[in-house]
Amino acid sequence: MARLIDSRYTPLVAVVFVALALPLIFPSPFYYRIGALVFIFALAVIGLNLLMGFAGQVSLGHAGFLGIGAYAVAIGPTHLGLPSWFCIFAGAGASALVAYVVGQPILRLKGHYLAVATLGFGLMIAIVLTNEAGWTGGPDGMSVPRLVLFGWPVHGSKAWYWVAAGTLAVGVALALNLIDSPSGRALQAIHDSEVAALVLGVRVARKKLGVFVISAVYASVAGSYLALLNGHITPDLAGFMRSIELVAMVVLGGMGSIFGSLVGAGVLVVLPQALTGFHDYEHMALGLIVMGFMILLRRGIVPTLGAALAGRAP
Amino acid sequence: MSILQVERLSIAFGGVRAIDDVTLSVPRACVFSIIGPNGAGKTTLFNLISGVYRPAAGRVLLDGVDVSGFAPDRLARRGLSRTFQNLQIFFRLSALENVMVGRNRHETTNVIQDLLHLPAVRRQNRATREAALAALARVGLEADADKPAGSLPYGAMKRLEIARALASEPQVLLLDEPAAGCNPVETGELDEIIRAIVREGVTIVLVEHDMRLVMNISDRIHVLANGRTLTEGSAAEVRSNPAVVEAYLGTHNARGRAVA
Repeated sequence: MARLIDSRYTPLVAVVFVALALPLIFPSPFYYRIGALVFIFALAVIGLNLLMGFAGQVSLGHAGFLGIGAYAVAIGPTHLGLPSWFCIFAGAGASALVAYVVGQPILRLKGHYLAVATLGFGLMIAIVLTNEAGWTGGPDGMSVPRLVLFGWPVHGSKAWYWVAAGTLAVGVALALNLIDSPSGRALQAIHDSEVAALVLGVRVARKKLGVFVISAVYASVAGSYLALLNGHITPDLAGFMRSIELVAMVVLGGMGSIFGSLVGAGVLVVLPQALTGFHDYEHMALGLIVMGFMILLRRGIVPTLGAALAGRAP
Repeated sequence: MSILQVERLSIAFGGVRAIDDVTLSVPRACVFSIIGPNGAGKTTLFNLISGVYRPAAGRVLLDGVDVSGFAPDRLARRGLSRTFQNLQIFFRLSALENVMVGRNRHETTNVIQDLLHLPAVRRQNRATREAALAALARVGLEADADKPAGSLPYGAMKRLEIARALASEPQVLLLDEPAAGCNPVETGELDEIIRAIVREGVTIVLVEHDMRLVMNISDRIHVLANGRTLTEGSAAEVRSNPAVVEAYLGTHNARGRAVA
């Protein structure tokens, strides 16, 4: 039995446990919605963390892929009559293709130059979604038809809570698999020294492109779920602020920590809700708390606390 | 036939000819050293041979094939790897994982298999791990396998880079100042490690300032000064060449004594 639970799957066990335990302490059904949002954002953040925290390549345009996934499940059923579940996959495929095409030229860039190029990519997607009003409803957005799975209409926070939890568990498992594989080792090597990876024969450009595509698919699925959960979307979902939010979740939770991605998404989804009592000062309070986290836990919440615990243990 | 040939290689940076018309030929399974005073162009020559820089003129032939202008990863897959003078360790990974990355070009699973952790990936991971442990043992670091690479002492990191490059199974291995920062005992061990590598048929091209090591171990020595070839020969020939003594050894008294 002990051998069945591989220790590298600890974050996966944590997700399953948390998802099962949380409803027991939810005071009202509203909390299912918060839970679903945390799981959905965590999915996108894990993908971005594979790119940023493991491979060391920044993206300030990842909300663009959220947008592609979201509009896929809005446009597909509305304008093309396609089933929603199929559009989740179609959106993921489209995001993968876009990432593959866009990634080839821009992943040659490094550091700040890559950051600005990905930022431009995100802006481009948001502008297309705003301007193609015939398809997207323009700045006002469009409504999203309900998802029907095997004759079961998935609606309401509770249903989405469980769908999001299940998908997140799969996302966590795939990410953990990737890290402990030839591809995962190569990505972490690229993060530390591209030239050293190259002289060992690692196809650096191909590996970077691969993880960019994977992270785009994670974000796209998360975008589809957000759209289906909310029932209505606007181009803001693909906007710059969303991209920054995803990056903040990665860094706050901990670069290169899958568990950190869950915590980062959790903190930045729950905090604004918890701070609504501050009314006008809500954003200020949020900003101060995030700054405080970064000053006190500068490597991110999970890696810093993990190191502190490991230091105390022996 | 020689395994590595450099023909009339040149590169300039901002008008300075860092490497100027250098030609050399490295026989198979030997230790071929490149020496010269600081700024002679040794590391630049390594960067040209390993594909980090593109030559402005001239050719590099690996096993008879023109590989001029090949990217470093393509060269590595043809069997040419190297270490770095300023360390390029994967600090995020353990010592063993560093060497496992060296196996990358021999790993056959694709990214989809990796994501799903199929049995092929499990077998691959096991095989990679065993090969990496064997490479670590060749440089005497098997006891440090699970330590974070960044926690190793400087000399051990230098040897870790050698193990990592060995794991990629190169035909030609360029070592850039492997003895820098080593004490005499460690340098002696390094001598043994290099000899063992050559016995297995790998060709070593060595850039090194430790003249005792160079003179002991080298089959041939190529001397550079100001980016140009000064001379080439056996240890005895280079040692007794007045031009070498003047250009290189004469200006460095301490080293001069070690050689003379």
